[in-house]
Amino acid sequence: MNFKLKIWRQKDRQSRGKLIDYEVRDISPNTSFLEMLDILNENLLGRGEEPIAFDSDCREGICGTCSLTINGEAHGPDHPGAVCELYMRKFRDGETIVVEPFRVRSFPLVKDLVIDRSALDRIVQAGGFISARAGSAPEANSTPIPKHDADLAMEAAACIGCGACAAACPNGSAMLFTAAKVSHLSLLPQGRPERATRALKMVQIMDAEGFGNCTNTYECEAVCPAEISVSFIAKLNREYAHAILQRGTGE
Amino acid sequence: MIGALDAKIPHGPLDQKWRSHRDHSRLVSPNNRRKFEIIVVGSGLAGGSAAATLGELGYRVKCFCFQDSPRRAHSIAAQGGINAAKNYQNDGDSVYRLFYDTIKGGDFRSREANVYRLAEVSNQIIDQCVEQGVPFAREYGGLLANRSFGGAQVSRTFYARGQTGQQLLLGCYQALCRQITAGTVQMFPQTEMLDVVIVDGNAKGIITRSLRSGKIDKHAGDAVVLATGGYGNVFYLSTNARGCNVTATYRAYKKGALFANPSFTQIHPTCIPVSGEHQSKLTLMSESLRNDGRVWVPKRKEDREKPPGQIPEADRDYYLERKYPSYGNLAPRDISSRAAKEVCDEGRGVGPGGRGVYLDFADAIKRLGEDTIRERYGNLFEVYEKITGENAYKVPMRIYPAVHYTMGGLWVDYDLMSNVPGLFVIGEANFSDHGANRLGASALMQGLADGYFILPYTLPNYLASQMGKRPPADSPEFQQAESDVRTRIRKLLDVDGKRSLDSIHRELGLLLWDKCGMSRHAKGLREALVKIRELREEFWRNVRVLGKDQDFNQSLERAGRVADFLEFAELMCIDALERNESCGGHFREEHQTPEGEALRDDENQAAVFAWEFQGDGESPKLHPEPLHFETVHLTQRSYK
Repeated sequence: MNFKLKIWRQKDRQSRGKLIDYEVRDISPNTSFLEMLDILNENLLGRGEEPIAFDSDCREGICGTCSLTINGEAHGPDHPGAVCELYMRKFRDGETIVVEPFRVRSFPLVKDLVIDRSALDRIVQAGGFISARAGSAPEANSTPIPKHDADLAMEAAACIGCGACAAACPNGSAMLFTAAKVSHLSLLPQGRPERATRALKMVQIMDAEGFGNCTNTYECEAVCPAEISVSFIAKLNREYAHAILQRGTGE
Repeated sequence: MIGALDAKIPHGPLDQKWRSHRDHSRLVSPNNRRKFEIIVVGSGLAGGSAAATLGELGYRVKCFCFQDSPRRAHSIAAQGGINAAKNYQNDGDSVYRLFYDTIKGGDFRSREANVYRLAEVSNQIIDQCVEQGVPFAREYGGLLANRSFGGAQVSRTFYARGQTGQQLLLGCYQALCRQITAGTVQMFPQTEMLDVVIVDGNAKGIITRSLRSGKIDKHAGDAVVLATGGYGNVFYLSTNARGCNVTATYRAYKKGALFANPSFTQIHPTCIPVSGEHQSKLTLMSESLRNDGRVWVPKRKEDREKPPGQIPEADRDYYLERKYPSYGNLAPRDISSRAAKEVCDEGRGVGPGGRGVYLDFADAIKRLGEDTIRERYGNLFEVYEKITGENAYKVPMRIYPAVHYTMGGLWVDYDLMSNVPGLFVIGEANFSDHGANRLGASALMQGLADGYFILPYTLPNYLASQMGKRPPADSPEFQQAESDVRTRIRKLLDVDGKRSLDSIHRELGLLLWDKCGMSRHAKGLREALVKIRELREEFWRNVRVLGKDQDFNQSLERAGRVADFLEFAELMCIDALERNESCGGHFREEHQTPEGEALRDDENQAAVFAWEFQGDGESPKLHPEPLHFETVHLTQRSYK
């Protein structure tokens, strides 16, 4: 297969970037999208041009490192899945493909297609954990957890932290990311003691990092590689409201 | 000069060694802990759990990872599960049985004391993870569920869908985040360790390069902990993430740390077969699939291109069930991989190039229904369909072995300290617990055991004598190491040749896969040694690395790693050549039983082979550490 590519190139955060035209030829339909970029980079190297910087690591959809917007869609057209799980057989021969980084105000650009998503780490650092010191845990089966709760917690915990939710959102909101973590931990009995402070602090840092608000467009759910449901955003809103009320009454 | 290796195994009965060692190890009091600065390199299950736990204890920790967030370390990709000797299933499991299965699974090439300790702490790990909020699978009554894994006849594996590694890693990432907020851990993402600094014979710091800016920094500490994972990517194609590399452990080796059993690599039997030359990595299909999938190939060569549905039962060879009736499809990884290679070598392999075998769920779907199979493995079937375009509910999966894990690693004693005082090595980066073959669901167990429950006890034993001995980061040893690092980077950029990194790395990988992969022989290994040297010369004469040093430069970071792989590959082949026996994943064709199983030489080779660097271009020096078995009786491993 042959493709025309328009790829975002930008030297660094300060420089102006633009879309540059490239072509790749004789690509097997079983090539992954990132392998197609590898091939392009090999060609560029052969011509003495600096390869295109893009992020990836596990290349099996779980580490959340890859972060491309393809033809305007976060992670490209084959949902659910990360870019590294996208194969060229999903495109038409001869198609023109536009490749850009995730564009979110809170994810500053580093170079070409690489962005800085440390804002997501800071949201978790604000309270996305259970304070359980190693050595102090009780016997694992001492607290039965209903299967339904454990399964639902797992659905929320499956988030890979890629940030596609914020990239797809017209408001650049990280509500789905934050909601997934708040829901995962508040659904489990071990997470209940810190439930209120966790919701308050994580939302506070999420706002401080410059992410926008949720206006229920559900674009986040549509692109999420881990299929996190927007119903967790509703849960986050309830957790947050509950925490505010508790704080108001001094509970 | 290194004398006879002393693993410092505590005296006393096997089941009391760890307790008595803990009772007699030196401690650092709470008010003194903040005076110590600990450097942890790597943020996966081992490094992340160690950094978080040391932070909780009150040490000052600096944690480094090359990923842009510690949450992306490659532990995240582990699918199947984590073993523990809880015996929740009431099926006869115990600490002893987990110990025995692990040591037998490793073909009797690991230390009894280390493996026993691992089995002992396994239960605490599950307690700890549940308390952190790891959403393990549960039964309807709310209690924890288990499943079976290869090499065991009990059900002892805890799991969170097919994403157990992810959930365990997020548990320790969150514990790490808590310590970052508490100010005990300082995190350095996108920062790669390029050298260890040794002062007065002790590891006292590291030299790093920021992958973001190219800036080189010196970090001094009271101890250095390497948790940098395995070196499977030396084969180019493996199930490892693209960034996984040998650089940290290999640099430490060049600074005097011994590298143990480098040729012990695990080739995992259930991966999606290679589909073409462009391929950048291989994808694992969890071993848990072998609980319900049946492995087969056609009995006759002529049938190998027929659609599987047209091959009647009578013409299928369920070779694992035939050869190993009591373990069947759950035979250990090394044995299953070799059996797959064997049937493909006979010309009975299926799929493109004849390098594949079927993993068939038709019987399980008939017995349990498609919904049950979907609930158990749905996400794996989806991954399979994305990559191959085939629906495994309708046609059998095609699988083939691929490089997955490395049992070899830096040599450590019972305290997980290398022969260089102050240099600790944990998780996949050390060699300690899996012998010549790792059992499924034991890597996660070892990583977390080392980080949560072993290192926090053994590190103070060293630190107690090191109060006030941290050198300043501008001492001459640091300046020398920094200047060496800079020279090497300059050298990489100055080659300015014609060949791409990938083409050289791929060539190295194919060579190793062929000569030092699932089976090895002396002649092939000697050929490989010559070719590796030629390829290394070619690299330093003709590689092309573009861009600048002081910049975000992905070619440069990979160039340094490939250069280290090109040296390390030689050490692997030397080790494989020296080990004149077959054991676990190390199958020397010269040493096999009449049935084609691995034939050990317990008389002469029941030892850890630890290698000492002697200088560039010099042969490394072997330091064997004899293995003493006081509890288990060495037998030929049988899974029949």
